[in-house]
Amino acid sequence: MVTTNTEIAYNSKIEGEVIVSRMDSVINWIRTNSMWPMPMGLACCAIELMGTASSRFDIARFGAEVMRFSPRQSDCMIVAGTVTYKMASAVRRIYDQMAEPKWVIAMGACASTGGMYRSYATLQGVDRIVPVDVYISGCPPRPEALLDALMKLQAKVRREPSAANLRRA
Amino acid sequence: MSATVDVPAVLKEKFPAATPRPSLDHPAVNLPAADVPAALKFLRDEQGFDFLVDLTAIDWAEGVSPRFTVVYHLLSTVRHDYVRVAMDCPSDETPAVASVTSLWAGANWHEREVYDMFGITFTGHPDLRRILMWDGYPHHPLRKEFPLAGIDTPLPDAEIMAETGARVIAAPMAGGPFVASPGEINLTEAEPRAKDESWNERRAKPDA
Repeated sequence: MVTTNTEIAYNSKIEGEVIVSRMDSVINWIRTNSMWPMPMGLACCAIELMGTASSRFDIARFGAEVMRFSPRQSDCMIVAGTVTYKMASAVRRIYDQMAEPKWVIAMGACASTGGMYRSYATLQGVDRIVPVDVYISGCPPRPEALLDALMKLQAKVRREPSAANLRRA
Repeated sequence: MSATVDVPAVLKEKFPAATPRPSLDHPAVNLPAADVPAALKFLRDEQGFDFLVDLTAIDWAEGVSPRFTVVYHLLSTVRHDYVRVAMDCPSDETPAVASVTSLWAGANWHEREVYDMFGITFTGHPDLRRILMWDGYPHHPLRKEFPLAGIDTPLPDAEIMAETGARVIAAPMAGGPFVASPGEINLTEAEPRAKDESWNERRAKPDA
């Protein structure tokens, strides 16, 4: 590329167009406001998840409307529903396929603890197989609760030392 | 239109080994295992019982003989009548009965479920695999010796088990059923939970 601009020193003429910030703030700002969820809808909580994504509650207001059904393209797995032992391996594999950085929301009683399914067939909390960032109570939780969890997760992401993590990676 | 034909009597005439079975609702008969395929075919083709409503089993308990009973619920969409046919499995250790998938294709998944939950095999079934639990699960959960809490077992996927350290754990009801606390302002406190937590997966079962 040919350019006439050879200045590499500080140019006082463009002073008004420069923003000075911290790497952490910039990275975390980008991450929090565009968090693409992986909808792991396994039971009735998934209906509330759909409601949250629809016009009345509109998860797009929080930058998380791009539900990706490919783990490669998503940042935040929302485990919405009962995880059976038969399904647990698939949930973990999908989590493993998500690119870093990644977060997990355990939506509802079943995903958080097994809920009312004290059973030989049900995983007693998805935190036994994947690290969970935010738990939501409720059976199923209201859409507002999911939005609140998303905001909690965003607050958590804002506190992360992302620049240091980049250097380490 | 129903009950114009006494089905147990008709069956008794055709299959002398049939005995009446106590029933609160529909006509019911006990039949020896050898007669059942022919009897079901007779009911379907000559008595109009064209629909297999349900196929299930009973485990009477360990040590009881006969231990397993397979039950067929039939409906006639022509006569609007039900009939129940029960059959004791000949073997208590390795119960095996003839599949009825050739009579009703819908029996396929019912038989797979009975096989999964009770361990009763159906000879002649085209695809007798577990339907609810995973292949290789070592127990049959609806048998009487299977505890309500479940049994500690490896996860279906050994790789995931090695990676996470998770197992299929016994999940005792802990004095359940789990009940919500209505009227709580604090929603965390109102979550459904057991009132008795004396036995759970982190605390061993107390000696009686």
